[in-house]
Amino acid sequence: MSPNSLILADALLPARNQMALSLGAHIVLACFGMAMPAMIFVLHRRGLRGDDVALELAKRWSKVSGVLFAIGAVSGTILSFEMGLLWPGLMEQYGEVIGLAFALEGVSFFVEAIFLGIYVYGWGRLPGRAHILMLVPMIISGIAGSFFIVSVNAWMNAPTGFTEVDGVVVDVDPIRAIFNDAVLLQFLHMFLAAYMVAGFCIATIYAVGLLKGRNDRHHRLGFLVPLAFVAVATPLQPVVGHFAGQRIADDQPIKLAAIEGLAETEERVPTVLGGVWIDGELVGELEVPIEGLGSFLAQNSFDAEIIGLDAVPEDERPPVNIVRFSFQIMVGIGTALVGLIAWSAWGWFRNRDEFFSNTWRLRAFVLAGPAAIVAMETGWITTEVGRQPWIVHGLMRTEDAVTDGNWVWWTLIAMIVVYALLGLAGGAVLRSMTRRWAAGEHDLASPYGPSMDELDAARSERREVPA
Amino acid sequence: MSEAVAAIMFAAVILYAVFAGADFGSGTWDLVAGDARKGAATRRLIDRAIGPVWEAHHVWLIFILVFLWTGFPGPFGTIMRELAIPFWLVGLGIVLRGSGFAFRKYAPDIGWARVAGSTFALSSVVTPFFLGTIAGAIASGRVGTGAEGIIWLSPTSWIGGVLAVLTTTFLAGVFLAEEARRHGADDELRESLRKRAIVVGAVTGAVALAAVVPLQADAPTLADGLTGRGAPLIIASAFGGAMTLVLLQQGKLRSARVAAATAVAAVVAGWGFGQYPWVLVDAVTIEDGAANSTTLAGLLIASGVAAVIVIPALVLLYRLADSSQLGSSH
Repeated sequence: MSPNSLILADALLPARNQMALSLGAHIVLACFGMAMPAMIFVLHRRGLRGDDVALELAKRWSKVSGVLFAIGAVSGTILSFEMGLLWPGLMEQYGEVIGLAFALEGVSFFVEAIFLGIYVYGWGRLPGRAHILMLVPMIISGIAGSFFIVSVNAWMNAPTGFTEVDGVVVDVDPIRAIFNDAVLLQFLHMFLAAYMVAGFCIATIYAVGLLKGRNDRHHRLGFLVPLAFVAVATPLQPVVGHFAGQRIADDQPIKLAAIEGLAETEERVPTVLGGVWIDGELVGELEVPIEGLGSFLAQNSFDAEIIGLDAVPEDERPPVNIVRFSFQIMVGIGTALVGLIAWSAWGWFRNRDEFFSNTWRLRAFVLAGPAAIVAMETGWITTEVGRQPWIVHGLMRTEDAVTDGNWVWWTLIAMIVVYALLGLAGGAVLRSMTRRWAAGEHDLASPYGPSMDELDAARSERREVPA
Repeated sequence: MSEAVAAIMFAAVILYAVFAGADFGSGTWDLVAGDARKGAATRRLIDRAIGPVWEAHHVWLIFILVFLWTGFPGPFGTIMRELAIPFWLVGLGIVLRGSGFAFRKYAPDIGWARVAGSTFALSSVVTPFFLGTIAGAIASGRVGTGAEGIIWLSPTSWIGGVLAVLTTTFLAGVFLAEEARRHGADDELRESLRKRAIVVGAVTGAVALAAVVPLQADAPTLADGLTGRGAPLIIASAFGGAMTLVLLQQGKLRSARVAAATAVAAVVAGWGFGQYPWVLVDAVTIEDGAANSTTLAGLLIASGVAAVIVIPALVLLYRLADSSQLGSSH
């Protein structure tokens, strides 16, 4: 270690934690930004065909998504600051390689912000057919934006689109960098995860209402629409995840070795569950009694050789326990959610009325939203911690990218405090919104001065175009 | 090609200064609007004026950052290393401003609304100040040159910060007066905004004039540029500002809005031309700091795509907002 890297190491721990906190918080909001417009579209479309309950739901969800989008916009800005503030080494060296993806994400975000402004503020002002169309660019730009952002992360896992000569980046091909080998599966995995997180979380909220005995059309519809989305996304997720795992076997065998807890390179590797990594070996694990299953899952052959952690020097291995626990939590929750969907499908086709009053299943749905968030977060921990000690796989160590600023502990503490307060405040505001709706309020007037509201209402009534 | 990318990036700086500037400046008016009862009309006006548009305006900042780190990765790294503290303060301000604004609208009761609202208002004033100090540090040749001391609290940074707060307040005053006129909401509010905007405009102009002297000593390269290449724009800005005051005096609010935006755009453009050809004044030129040509070409293409997609969408947003087809969501 050079004397310099000792100083850098000081900032590394708080910088990584700060990045984890800001990314972990933002990604939840991003899921809602991605998935909610499509769900609102379904409701709004029903509403235009005369379903007033659906229309009212679309209106409410658009207000909630407006609040979430605002917080997502500013928490996303923090992330773009952090790319430079926490990881200047990364951006100085590779900014020109991966920057185009960020630029295109910026375009997508722009479109989403513009049409969100039009849509959320267009209620009662735009004619119905034009109004619902404003959701379409939001849906498309949400998907496009997440593709470009995920492509940057995928590039860090499978860097490509340039050559490095004596530490200088040359022959940059930014298109190749965006469409790197890892992006497709990583994007699909995140795309489905976004619909699962948003869908299960919304279903959770309406499951709580149904459990409290509010078994009305409003709650049934609010429960059913997100459920329809997750019913498609959830069973697909393990399939995509499997192929994403095979991609890792090729691109980042050491990450896979950490996930599997595989100390030495072997053939006919089993699949093992649980266990703790102590002193270079897995202790207390359970082996699935199918010989070579691990090899088969990774390489489609029961005899395949799987690379173990011993293939690289010790200082190039990620912390096994964090990666392995995270991965298993993700897979465990994902499997449970597939089971919940299967149970729901069975219930749906057996007895529709009982479907909305089956206490045990509704209770499972109350847990499903938070569980989906945990699964997504542990998935990100798996891929991010699993890449360590690299920030760009095989090319740049995280400790060489981190800032040399002496302020990182302070900004980390400040962020913990600010984000905790925002989380509490946001929760309180959203709760109060739902309570006021439940109490029969429609418009949620701001608690200051109604005078302009009345004026607006009078004006918009005159203008209102029947849908 | 590096100059084309720099020009587009700076165009985004101008757009951010004008549009997001007016959104930020609304915070000042919110801050001084008085207690809950007295300030209600002003706050409702601000809600409806910036509610549908502020997130879109905010994206210009993301654009600038992305262009900087993609097109000029070296200078970006230097800026972020040396100006980390003011950038963190800007980041904090942006987070508090956005969430304060979003939470206030649906606040459960007036107590919550007060806390969220004052968070929004205060951070709206603080954020442009620190953005101004960042601009001042770069423009005075303190970034990447090994300058001593706290480089973002130099005289030029103070001028940048104070002028940022004043110009955003001025812009917002004019924009809000016009917004009040268009909705015919409250003659008293419109008149009070109009009169106070004249005062703020006059103060802003005086400060900008007075700044010339310290700038010559503190930021010689910039001062040369401002009086040389940038001079026509500085004159245009002064003219635009004076016009705004006249139009405000005459009550021609719609035209005043255009004149005020022109004045701010011209002064920011003047800064850009003033520090040309430097990205980091006295340290790195646009050409030396630029990325490889393939990436620059990619950025230009991305800008073209953005222009084709984003500009029509923005025009639609403004047309709807202007024709009051968008308003507070009821």
